[in-house]
Amino acid sequence: MDLFSAHGVSKQYSNHKALDKVSINVPDRHIFGLLGPNGAGKTTLIRIINQIIAPDEGELTFMGRKLQPHDIALIGYLPEERGLYKKMTVGEQALYLAQLKGLSHQEAQKRLKYWFDKFEMRGWWNKKVEELSKGMQQKVQFLVTIIHEPKLLIFDEPFSGFDPINANILKEEILAQKEKGATVIFSTHNMSSVEELCDDIALIDRSKVVLSGAVRSIKKTFKTNTFGISFNDYDGAVQTILPTGFQVLSESRDADHRHAEIKLPAEATSNDLIKTMLPFVTIYAVNEKIPSMNDIFIQAVTQKTGQDVTQD
Amino acid sequence: MKKIFLIIKREYLTRVKKKSFIIMTILGPILMAATIVIPIYLASRPNETKTIAVLDETGIFIEKFKDSEEVKFHYLVSDLTTAKENFSKSDNHALLFIPKTEVTLPTNAILYSEKSVSINVKSYIKNVMTKQIEDLKLQARLTELQTDKQNPVSVDEILRSIKTSVDINTMKIGADGKESKSYTEINMVLGMVSGILIYFFIFMFGAQVMRGVIEEKTSRIVEVIISSVKPFQLMMGKIVGVGLVGLTQFLLWVVLTFAIVTVVTTVMNTTDFKKPATEQMMAQKQGLDPALTEAISSQDDSAQGMGVVMEAINTVNFPVMIAAFIFFFMVGYLLYAALFAAIGGAVDSEADTQQFMFPITIPLILSIIMAQYIIQDPDGPVAFWFSIFPLTSPVIMMIRIPFGVPYYEVALSMALLLLGFLGTTWLAGKIYRTGILMYGKKISYKELWKWVRY
Repeated sequence: MDLFSAHGVSKQYSNHKALDKVSINVPDRHIFGLLGPNGAGKTTLIRIINQIIAPDEGELTFMGRKLQPHDIALIGYLPEERGLYKKMTVGEQALYLAQLKGLSHQEAQKRLKYWFDKFEMRGWWNKKVEELSKGMQQKVQFLVTIIHEPKLLIFDEPFSGFDPINANILKEEILAQKEKGATVIFSTHNMSSVEELCDDIALIDRSKVVLSGAVRSIKKTFKTNTFGISFNDYDGAVQTILPTGFQVLSESRDADHRHAEIKLPAEATSNDLIKTMLPFVTIYAVNEKIPSMNDIFIQAVTQKTGQDVTQD
Repeated sequence: MKKIFLIIKREYLTRVKKKSFIIMTILGPILMAATIVIPIYLASRPNETKTIAVLDETGIFIEKFKDSEEVKFHYLVSDLTTAKENFSKSDNHALLFIPKTEVTLPTNAILYSEKSVSINVKSYIKNVMTKQIEDLKLQARLTELQTDKQNPVSVDEILRSIKTSVDINTMKIGADGKESKSYTEINMVLGMVSGILIYFFIFMFGAQVMRGVIEEKTSRIVEVIISSVKPFQLMMGKIVGVGLVGLTQFLLWVVLTFAIVTVVTTVMNTTDFKKPATEQMMAQKQGLDPALTEAISSQDDSAQGMGVVMEAINTVNFPVMIAAFIFFFMVGYLLYAALFAAIGGAVDSEADTQQFMFPITIPLILSIIMAQYIIQDPDGPVAFWFSIFPLTSPVIMMIRIPFGVPYYEVALSMALLLLGFLGTTWLAGKIYRTGILMYGKKISYKELWKWVRY
């Protein structure tokens, strides 16, 4: 079941179209990556989900029904442009933001105490925000995003400003939130974190969704049936021992082995490759070249650009 | 509603706890008390005895003004022109002219002088005249009652019917014999002070709203908050919260100033302040029912123990003044604060605010410039229109109110101000909600107009 879905959402600003009939489906308890180059419309979509701005058209469904104003209590949002009141103490501020999300004063205090202990932030309570480092502030912001235990968490570039250690803590915590039953929408440019975290993605480019679905199946569709093979005991050209249809994309050699990247015809499998090569070489390793999200991202965006150009 | 309350609470508490607020709250009343007490003190110091010539065409007040250490009265029998001529030659301090009236009892007098007459002396003259006229009215009323015993009249009604207000206009006679009106009336001072206070409060707290909005924008917390509340709620919460801070400060100022002034004047009264005798109403009290006697004497009692100046200040209707002040201050503030909030939302830093501040400050500054003129002609058409127009009415109406403004005019002004407030808030809400999400863009008026229509 989808926890959240947007159907045909469009948003027109005075001089450009920020979203053009965008549809996404965010399955329950999944981590959903919202990808796209700068200015593609990600932040606009996120603001629409948070009901900060209203779409011109399109439907938003949340927990099986129409998204309603009071649902903001069930959503936690960490914006890309984020900050805190500099002159307020950390504790007061966290209490204030938690209460704005609908928690009672008492409940907010109790939960904040738990999280401050867990994140080793006990000593910060009475400090002013301006006394904290940027990374520390980010931790406070993350904490107030999840404090009301929302059903849907939306992180816009959550890792910016975190050092690797804290980024890892954050990553763990996002996964823990998923385990607890939260659904996460997560917008980023950082493709390695997409590979690590996301179950599904939608790629938005120039106001449109150009690619969406489960990460695994997307990778499958972007696979080119290419294998890397490491071998020894053969000095001739690899292409000469391969049947027609098999294409060597690259060759290299290091101290131990020779390596080649070979694209197979659609009907061939890795077994066929091994069979043809086995009589000539000693094989050390064969592995399928799966495109990284980074490659897919670049490919999808540049292909789309090409199409747009021809359409124009 | 709960959320807007949370916002108001935060805005209020963070500001009230600031050191600058506490310092202002203490310094303000000291300064204000000083501006009230020092002139009173100087004015009330008995220096050489001054002589005031009295030209009473009515004859009612002959020998009613009693000589004191400070001032002597000298009664003339002549016409005004010769009296004025003689006055210029004499070293009399002032010439009091009470013109003849045909039907009613006189309720105004003109005080000619070369130098301005102290409020002290003026208040004394005013008091004596008021008491005398009230006395005469009471007498007339009593005769009426004795002849017509069928209609019982309540004490309150009698007191109300004899209530009199006397106007004393001061005219300055220059060395060249030219006359011009001079203004030392307490209501002018009050009008000016409250007008300037409103101007000052609107600027001070309006700018605080603007700075608060800019702070939220530059610290980038605004998007976190508007994912929990509507931009309009955030804007109104801030405006109301800051407004309550202003109101708190104002009320503290009034209470503290009043406390300081009372303490200081009481000390002054008991030391070197000679109060002119004012007991005159006793004559006709015999033969009245006890309640009336008591009411009259309690009026007298309440007047005692206070300086003459304090008595003069008490002639102003303070509850009405303060109520009107709070209304015009609050609604005027709300109207402008919405505009200030819109500016804060539209810009990225305080340095960018100048171009948008300009059109907002014009009506306010114009109000203060016009104040000098309006105080001389508080019932004229200019005063009327400026006190009706919502952008200038908070300052101008407050200047007019101590002089007495017809209720329908006040009501009209208030209604228009409320409408103006709704209008600016609507406008500001539109600019604000778009502006707070815009970063790093220089905004033009054209752009703002787009946001409003959008």
